Amino acid sequence: MAMNKLVLAMGFALTSTMVFAQAPTGKVTVVTSFSKDVTDPFKKAFEKAAPGVTLEVQNRNTNAGVKYLEETKANNQVDLFWASAPDAFEVLKGKQLLSAYKPKATGIPEKIGSYPINDPAGFYVGFAASGYGIMWNDRYAKAKKLPEPKDWQDLAGPAFYDHVSIASPARSGTTHLTIETILQGEGWDKGWRTIKEMAGNFNTITDRSFGVPEAVNSGQVGVGIVIDFFAFSAQASGFPVKFVYPTVTTVVPANVGIVVNGPNKAAAEAFVEFLLSPAGQEVLLEPGIRRLPVNPAVYAKAGADYPNPFTDPRFQKMIGFDVDKSEARTAVVDTLFDQLISFQLDALKGVTKTLHEVDAALAKKPNPQAKAMADEARALIAAMPVSEVQAASPELRGAFTGGKEKGARQAEVEAQWASFARDSYTKAKAKADEALKAAK
Amino acid sequence: MTAIPTATLPRARRLSATPGQIALALAIAAFLLLFLGLPVGTVLYVAFTEKGTSNFTLVNFYDFVRTELFMRSLWNSFYVSAMSVVWASVFALPLAYLTTRFVFRGAMLVQTLGFLPLIMPPFVGAVAMQLFFGRNGSINLLLDDWFGFKIGFMEGLNGVIFVQSVHYFPFILINLSAALRNIDRAMEEAAQNLGSSGFRLFRRIVFPLALPGYLAGASLVFVKVFDDLATPLLLNVKDMLAPQAYLRVTSIGIADPMGYVISVVLIVASVVAMWLSALALKGRDYATTQRGGGGLARRTMTRGEAILGYGVVILILALVLAPHLGLLLLSFATIWSFSPLPDAFTTAHYARVFGESSIYIKNTLIYASIAGGIDIVLGVAIAYLVLRTKLIGREWLDWAASAALAIPGVVLGIGYLRTFYGITLPDGTPLASLWITIVLALAIRRLPYALRACYAALQQISVSLEEAAENLGATKARTVRRIVVPLMAGGILAGFVTSFSTAAVELSATLMLVQSNSDAPLAYGLYVFMQSAAGRGPGAALGVVAVLLVALCTFLSHLIIERSQKAKGMGH
Repeated sequence: MAMNKLVLAMGFALTSTMVFAQAPTGKVTVVTSFSKDVTDPFKKAFEKAAPGVTLEVQNRNTNAGVKYLEETKANNQVDLFWASAPDAFEVLKGKQLLSAYKPKATGIPEKIGSYPINDPAGFYVGFAASGYGIMWNDRYAKAKKLPEPKDWQDLAGPAFYDHVSIASPARSGTTHLTIETILQGEGWDKGWRTIKEMAGNFNTITDRSFGVPEAVNSGQVGVGIVIDFFAFSAQASGFPVKFVYPTVTTVVPANVGIVVNGPNKAAAEAFVEFLLSPAGQEVLLEPGIRRLPVNPAVYAKAGADYPNPFTDPRFQKMIGFDVDKSEARTAVVDTLFDQLISFQLDALKGVTKTLHEVDAALAKKPNPQAKAMADEARALIAAMPVSEVQAASPELRGAFTGGKEKGARQAEVEAQWASFARDSYTKAKAKADEALKAAK
Repeated sequence: MTAIPTATLPRARRLSATPGQIALALAIAAFLLLFLGLPVGTVLYVAFTEKGTSNFTLVNFYDFVRTELFMRSLWNSFYVSAMSVVWASVFALPLAYLTTRFVFRGAMLVQTLGFLPLIMPPFVGAVAMQLFFGRNGSINLLLDDWFGFKIGFMEGLNGVIFVQSVHYFPFILINLSAALRNIDRAMEEAAQNLGSSGFRLFRRIVFPLALPGYLAGASLVFVKVFDDLATPLLLNVKDMLAPQAYLRVTSIGIADPMGYVISVVLIVASVVAMWLSALALKGRDYATTQRGGGGLARRTMTRGEAILGYGVVILILALVLAPHLGLLLLSFATIWSFSPLPDAFTTAHYARVFGESSIYIKNTLIYASIAGGIDIVLGVAIAYLVLRTKLIGREWLDWAASAALAIPGVVLGIGYLRTFYGITLPDGTPLASLWITIVLALAIRRLPYALRACYAALQQISVSLEEAAENLGATKARTVRRIVVPLMAGGILAGFVTSFSTAAVELSATLMLVQSNSDAPLAYGLYVFMQSAAGRGPGAALGVVAVLLVALCTFLSHLIIERSQKAKGMGH
């Protein structure tokens, strides 16, 4: 312990002197999606570590931030982009709005779980990690007699019908990664089956990530699929919520990137170095922030119950997350989710409800014929309009990138998928009704 | 912008417009083009281009019509808007009628309170509303406890209708009240002398005469609900048109034109709705010559009537102000989760926002008052040009200004950045980074509110009053200044209050344009807080500050209306 502290102290001293050596001054502007509870402590600590620099924080949600950088690039006044979702950084990188920077900070491993902490090309760096999991409202769960969920599959059970909430992956980069993890972990067809079975229990699909913890905190929804710090910081504020990492989870780094042609490059670099320094990493442990540091040594300062992705086996399970594969089909996966689930939620919930009733009836009185029909209905729900190979095909990608070449328009593809889903769910509902009749 | 150029050129009676009027029309057109048409055009032109090339095409609109989701959304939007108008009228009519037609103690308070729902601070208002009316909100928890059932106030399309009609009924209330105050009492007396009374009098005389005001409010409610994305998104209703546009425009990395196509559809639908409401009034004359008699004769209520009247008013106010009560509770609450009331109360949230809120308050007051000011100047000018001149294409000014209602804030924000960020001041700062850009965006977004109010006010003024003034030798400009504007005062003030207060809580365009914390308005401060669990209380406290601020301004302006009416009344 003492040794660790010494290392930390030395690290701190080292970074401080380094920051002094470059002696950046003036204003450094950061566009961020992080809330005041996160930015305020960092601003305070950074300005203390680098006297003479003022951190100007511009709060924008991730989407607005990306659009903002895009629209203002001709006369850029922003030094840094600071947000969670790696896909936002990918978009910025693709548009050549980030400049590569290799941080000097030491003690940070290459990967957290199986996700690379930094962009391999060096355009953005991870400074904190977060894992995905299940958060629930304790009062709600007691009132509705919900069992404690432990894994994704639990959420597909009849007990959770109409009690679960998630953010749309098209709107939340972290949800997107969770969906992608399930797809990669279980395979395309089986993965979608799990997701759709879970989705049949959804009460809401929100359009912003924070909408989910907000609904769980206030008890409007019982269970939410959220990123861990939403739950931890809610607990720290006193809300009656609990959180669990399922057996398969993603650990995703939150990132910072230096914007191309920023007005204050030296200070921007100093800020990146500060975030990665032990002093900066320790700020993450504050109760209002509660994110996972990327420097393993910093966990010595955290409490014993603080989750540590570097030692906790749950985080090591997700091996071989293929970033390139994920990237190649991002838009397709998101759009599939929206067209098959978000915009058809009522139909999907309708079938799921009937299937839960069939299961209940079958549990009382087994009936192989009804079971066969219920399985048929489940197969209909699980059916996908595109295969894994098609999903990553250049033709389909072209439809979503608005690309230079002619080809299928996004709207056309979407309409096809939507009608596919509608037909399948209608047929599945008919089958499920038959099964229910037979089972009773 | 000067609204009324002092044109002293000799007027040709037969000519359709004076040079001064033409200059005014051109100036307004230039303003709208520069700050509305151009920025929005730079964003929306994508809707008309072919994928892969930049050729003009309408194929995207073909896709729109063929997509079941969009057509369902279109139908849902129409249905929800129409039903919201119905319910908003149900809330607004009794309040407007009782407070203007009867001797009603606390009329001014009712008018002010009835106006508050319009000021629902973003995010935090939604949370408060869920805590009260949500599926596990206070009311449903109690209902479930006592009677074992729940009411889906906030579920699906009906939820949207409920929230929207509570939220936007003040549009009808404020415009209808202004119109009722302007009705010549002689009309009513004449009808009474001929034996009409009670509901018949209301139906045949009072309501028809107030129709311009009612329609101004109702069309605003319709278009606003049609174009509003915040409420459906808060209730997780996605199959409506405005949320569809928003979700597509703001999704990262998707370069699909459909979001912009939907925006174009929204704009067209809004303009058509405005045009229809103008058509409904066409060919009829709502003007009365006698002015300022204090409006309708105020009657004292019998005991029974009074009990009924106050009962109705209190019931409506309780319903529409419940979200604000929720907000107030939330701002003092420690933890409020799955329970009818918070666990405990604290003042810590106010302490936390106290230090930083002063800069937000100052900015909000400055931005919203300048925006409101620009709006009424433009509103009076456009209303005058449309109703009093025969300039060719004058309606286009009205429609263009009204179209602003349909433009999603984020589209306007992006358009402003695209158009004005490249223009730099001598020291290198971009034009778009000055706070005046926020003001202009707010003014454009809230112009339709002020415009409708001014328009309705002018419709009720008989042109013979102006002719009389001109016959006595007054110039057009002098007539406007001395006759028209004073007579429109009630409507103008109504317009200012609506624009001002809604501008004070605007977020979507502001979020795109705010460049630094020192230039940020209250809504931005709220947004910054409302992204974390710990920020909920302070966010609610800021929300309460915003509501109180706007309420105070509204109350003051009602006081002014009341005073001026009394003064006029005594002059008779």
